[in-house]
Amino acid sequence: MNSFSYLRAVNVADAVEDINTKNKAKFIAGGTNILDLMKVNVERPEHLTDLTRLPLTEIQNTEDGGLRLGALATNAVTAWNEQVQQRYPLLAKAILAGASAQLRNMATNGGNLFQRTRCYYFYDTATPCNKREPGSGCSAINGYNRIHAVLGTSEHCIATHPSDMCVALAALDAKVNVTGTKGDWVVDFADFHRLPGDQPELDNNLQPGDLVTSIDLPAKTFSKVQYLKLRDRQSYAFAIVSVAAAIELEGGTIKEIQMALGGVAHKPWRDKSAEAMMIGKTPTKENFRLLAETVLATAKGYSYNSFKIELAKRAIVRAFTEALQAV
Amino acid sequence: MSGIFKQASGSHATTLAPAPAEPVKVRLKINGQEHVLNIAPWVTLLDALREYIGFTGTKKGCDHGQCGACTVLVDGIRINSCLTLAVMREGQEITTIEGLAHSEDLHPLQKAFIEHDAFQCGYCTPGQICSAVGMFNEGKANTLDDIKEQMSGNICRCGAYNNINAAILQVKGEMAGE
Ligand SMILES: Cc1cc2nc3c(=O)[nH]c(=O)nc-3n(C[C@H](O)[C@H](O)[C@H](O)COP(=O)(O)OP(=O)(O)OC[C@H]3O[C@@H](n4cnc5c(N)ncnc54)[C@H](O)[C@@H]3O)c2cc1C
Ligand code: SF4
Ligand code: FES
Ligand code: FES
Repeated sequence: MNSFSYLRAVNVADAVEDINTKNKAKFIAGGTNILDLMKVNVERPEHLTDLTRLPLTEIQNTEDGGLRLGALATNAVTAWNEQVQQRYPLLAKAILAGASAQLRNMATNGGNLFQRTRCYYFYDTATPCNKREPGSGCSAINGYNRIHAVLGTSEHCIATHPSDMCVALAALDAKVNVTGTKGDWVVDFADFHRLPGDQPELDNNLQPGDLVTSIDLPAKTFSKVQYLKLRDRQSYAFAIVSVAAAIELEGGTIKEIQMALGGVAHKPWRDKSAEAMMIGKTPTKENFRLLAETVLATAKGYSYNSFKIELAKRAIVRAFTEALQAV
Repeated sequence: MSGIFKQASGSHATTLAPAPAEPVKVRLKINGQEHVLNIAPWVTLLDALREYIGFTGTKKGCDHGQCGACTVLVDGIRINSCLTLAVMREGQEITTIEGLAHSEDLHPLQKAFIEHDAFQCGYCTPGQICSAVGMFNEGKANTLDDIKEQMSGNICRCGAYNNINAAILQVKGEMAGE
């Protein structure tokens, strides 16, 4: 790790001021991603603003009937929260499918949104990587790209966003509350992360120094849900492909359907027009396959990851089949 | 291929490094005792324990959150001490493997690990035991499958998993009064 100074912020105003007045400053929350990256010299902040003592750890009902998750609540506290378990089981399942118990005890809801890709070249400072070093090239496109993206890629970067939690938040239409020097504002989850385009160094649409204070879940809840995570071992591994599936039937046909994919793109992948096409259809395997074909229609495989395309299609069918079995 | 091995500019760039940060005074409460350290802010809790205080029971396996050997309890909650800074843990109660036994009286999990031969080299063992204590505190593991899933953050290179699970199950049974 390089040398840095440290401040433990005690309130939001403190934290925003500290980050915006120090040179090359970064927030630290659970530390599970930023310290990992600092140890391999990918992140080299000169100052850390510690957020862990900010009063943003509550999980509470919102006025419009939804639920607000504090940015500094840990992933574990969030997943085991009674309201989350009962009303947003998809989110609970997704969080518990990620990392390990110890890491979930440290990782925060805010930090989870900002975790960076697990692309091996991004981690290896001896190789070119446009995300780490803009303009240096992408080692993955013609390299070993088994874990990389098949949707929404660009010629500059084919990295995936590694979060499980974010896939569920995308499927559930969450909103992110942000504060910064310009005041407070709200970002739809779909607009939080971005595709790589020609600026793969940017993972999301916030500016450095913006602070996420909480995440809001809408009043609308689903009970027929499944988070299906396919990975190289059964636990404690990142998704190769994951599906967050939520469905509601009425009179034997699909009344509502919301889905996001993980492990396939630079952001959780949502296709609302494909979802809209499913309304009124019967919940058969054939129709879920049709959904899968539509969502993956523009998918493009690279040397080692083309298997993800068929895997994602089958995962979608299985996730909805399993979601319908939920009581 | 040569491009792949090209030195990424900037990674070892000769830009001026910031002046070394001043050591900070950090008070840590470990196994019921207070320790005052003068350390740089980048010292992890794991390194503080092992290198600065001498609690070498906690092990460094990967130093990247991938193995669980460094698991300790902070206010009763299990975490990876390699991915947290010591300075961030001021004012909290840290418990390491050294803090579980009461003099000669071993913690029930320590006894059960010996009884079930739940280790070969023993390197993962302090982390396994602290993690299991943390899992019991969480109270979410009811079945063997739950235990396997919730203990997946502790890798055992010797593959002693069956015996580790047996030891944990036994103590879980004892706690339930079986
Ligand atoms: C071995 C290992 C396995 C893992 N497996 C999985 C997995 O299977 N699935 C999964 O989803 N994740 C996995 N993770 C990733 C883990 O979930 C993330 O590291 C974690 O969620 C990051 O949260 P944090 O609070 O620790 O963030 P930190 O490391 O503290 O911060 C990460 C980034 O977020 C910024 N930040 C933090 N909080 C805020 C805020 N409130 N506002 C603005 N910026 C902020 C920081 O500046 C930093 O840049 C794994 C991690 C490890 C080490
Ligand atoms: S895929 Fe993206 S993160 Fe990976 S090497 Fe290419 S530019 Fe870097
Ligand atoms: S040393 Fe901390 S998890 Fe491996
Ligand atoms: S006993 Fe050797 S690593 Fe577990």
